[in-house]
Amino acid sequence: MASLPDANQGEFRLGMLFYDTRYRSLTIQVIFFMLFMAGAAWLVNNVIENLRILGKDFDFGFLTVRAGYDINQRLVEYSNDSTHARAMLIGLLNTLLLAFLACITATIVGILAGVLRLSKNWVVARLMTLYVETFRNVPLLLWILLVNAIMTESMPSPRDFRGADATASMMLNDSVAVTNRGIYVPEPLFTNSLGNIDIGIFLISIDLLAVLAAVYVGIYINRAVLRRATRIQHETGVRPTTWWQSVLLIAGIPLVLLALLGFHLGYPEMKGFNFSGGIHLRNSLLAMWIALTLYTGAFIAEIVRAGILAISRGQSEASFALGMQPGRTMQLVVLPQALRVIIPPLISQYLNITKNTSLALAVGYMDLRSTLGGTTINVTGRELEGMMLMMLVYLVISLIISGAMNFYNTRVQLRSR
Amino acid sequence: MTALPGPYVRTEMLPQQPPPIGQAGLLRWVRENLFSSVLNATLTLVTILVVFSLVRHMLPWFANSVWTAGSLTECREMLDGKTGACFSVVADRWNQMVFGFYPVELYWRPILAVVLLLAALAPMLFSGVPRQLLWFSVFYPAVAVWLLWGGSLWGPILATVGFGIAFMVYQSVARLQALLAAPLALLSLMVWWLWGVGLVAGVAQSIVPLDLTEVRSHEFGGFMLSVVIGVTGIALSLPMGILLALGRKSDLFLIRTVCIGFIEFIRGVPLITLLFTASTLLNYFLPPNTNFDITLRVIIMVTIFAAAYMAEVIRGGLSALPTGQYEAADALGLNYWKAQRLIIMPQALKISIPGIVNTFIGLFKDTTLVIFIGLLDPLGLTNSIRADVNWNGIYWELFLFVGVMFFIVCFSMSRYSMYLERRLKTDHL
Repeated sequence: MASLPDANQGEFRLGMLFYDTRYRSLTIQVIFFMLFMAGAAWLVNNVIENLRILGKDFDFGFLTVRAGYDINQRLVEYSNDSTHARAMLIGLLNTLLLAFLACITATIVGILAGVLRLSKNWVVARLMTLYVETFRNVPLLLWILLVNAIMTESMPSPRDFRGADATASMMLNDSVAVTNRGIYVPEPLFTNSLGNIDIGIFLISIDLLAVLAAVYVGIYINRAVLRRATRIQHETGVRPTTWWQSVLLIAGIPLVLLALLGFHLGYPEMKGFNFSGGIHLRNSLLAMWIALTLYTGAFIAEIVRAGILAISRGQSEASFALGMQPGRTMQLVVLPQALRVIIPPLISQYLNITKNTSLALAVGYMDLRSTLGGTTINVTGRELEGMMLMMLVYLVISLIISGAMNFYNTRVQLRSR
Repeated sequence: MTALPGPYVRTEMLPQQPPPIGQAGLLRWVRENLFSSVLNATLTLVTILVVFSLVRHMLPWFANSVWTAGSLTECREMLDGKTGACFSVVADRWNQMVFGFYPVELYWRPILAVVLLLAALAPMLFSGVPRQLLWFSVFYPAVAVWLLWGGSLWGPILATVGFGIAFMVYQSVARLQALLAAPLALLSLMVWWLWGVGLVAGVAQSIVPLDLTEVRSHEFGGFMLSVVIGVTGIALSLPMGILLALGRKSDLFLIRTVCIGFIEFIRGVPLITLLFTASTLLNYFLPPNTNFDITLRVIIMVTIFAAAYMAEVIRGGLSALPTGQYEAADALGLNYWKAQRLIIMPQALKISIPGIVNTFIGLFKDTTLVIFIGLLDPLGLTNSIRADVNWNGIYWELFLFVGVMFFIVCFSMSRYSMYLERRLKTDHL
């Protein structure tokens, strides 16, 4: 708080530490600092004392020891001979995979529901209100358990797909099997595969990298094409037709590459008592994914709705007055402004998704909490180190996400004078 | 001047015609709202189809529901092959779902505590209730602790009285020596809690014994556990959140840094890790051989967690306040705490009501996570009910019951926040 320097400029007295606003904040901070350090010292001392009594030490060496347990979903190489650090990496990747998938789908569901809730269509708007209120007011854990129960209890078991009198059948032209052990979907395979590249920690498929690079190149060239179209428009007033070039560049380049690599789908097949081949999406992953999507989608719907409502009606009226169509108005006037309102709370929803993936324990999804924070701690008895490491990892993930999104946010934010 | 009308001019009014059938009433509403365009019509039809198929599947399930069976097999026999819900599990396990393992003969105590809670909340929530009832609200926490955990009433009551003593100390010292008042008040509170309460409570107990049978925390469960954790967390997280928010906005560098570090750390880690810290790690940070109640630890952790989020919500409110308000408070010569209490906080809290209530709702929903450290919240109880032979394999009815209970509480909280926003609205829009 602003304050005038005291009129008395005489020599320093002890009382001035309390009464003189120049010194008082310093006094308070020094006292606070001493109390804070005393508290911290007390905690550290307690830890040392407790560790001594238990005969333990503080050591992260357990990370290099053989883990000795299996993880059912692994994105990269892992066996029970691998180290605890490796198990932690597998868990971290599973956490990130789940968070990534859920963020994308929740955003889509949320935007749809939020826009539809503002629709003039009474039936649709009511249904979306019902959806949002139901999911927002019931604990996430209940949704996770519910979806998991639906997956395991109501779906046919792989046995039902067997034989001539099968009671269940595969969907989408025999390519997808929905069973009570999870969903089997086709996997991408390459006949002329380029193999894998070892980046030290794990292998990355070169095919995947090549396809990603092709998509990027397509988008990059497309941008040049669009720039050229804009330049011609500025010079001549006529914008050349570019949509077929865009389609050719963005879809065509990756498609050609896929054809060269010999891309085909490997379908899941009934072998013995279970399906083999294809990608097996486990119930635990699906339950988490679906529940997180629907739950967070409801929150994002509210954010999107609030963002659109925050744009004053004058903006869209002005745009109509300029003769813009409703679609163009939404795209060019309302949405860019609404995004500024939407993005900050959207970031915190993404953070929430990432943190909520730790509920995976309820359905046995092997995420970071279940590997490092669960089995590893139980096997090694290093709960202090394990917990601290896990918290640190979550903290770093959170900071990275919020940092990246804040960077984006400052770019779209209105520059005010 | 009157001119005679020509023969082609009507002299009498025509009777009013009803508007064309498509331009009025229900038909117009349906046409404009549901079928205004192809897209809209498709949406309407799809929605109606979805709702219809849902209702068609769910209706017999509800209509045939059984409420009186003693086990799932009995229930299936009564249903006789029809689809139907087996809500008898809710009737059968009602007591367990609501009270956990609380002794049956003492059920009146939590029930009374909830009734008194409503009485204590009423003067805070609604303006029409007599103000004198606020005194009861002050002493309610002590009474609730006594009712739920039992023991002597004197301890909790006298601990509450400590705040009054500290306040009196502050008042009397502040007149003589303003700067010593706050530390002395805190000191007197500490002394009173550490020695005074035990001493006076012992004496009072020997004169007027007010004893109830003690109930241990691990006998708490079901919705009672959720409500105990939720209500305590809500009551404590708001003041803590306010202090953290003020700390984060403070001019004092050290206090600001510590507050930012604390808030960002808590917000950066999932609640589950904090709960595990409470259940396994807290022993490392306390002096050897101390051990305190797991429910209390959970309450502390949930409070800290909610307080960090609360601090961010309130900080938003503080930032939204125009700088002129701060400057006006300075210009009036108010000191920091007076300015906060009289000018800043009332406005900042009003702005942040929706966020605060959302945090409360989140906290209440998060009480279900205690299942992970072995406490039996409603969801944990559904597992143990299913472990029983009688009810093995029952899912939907239990989930529905728990979901509906949570929905009622959370939905009423959000409606109340809307009511409060309307009541406190002072702008002219």
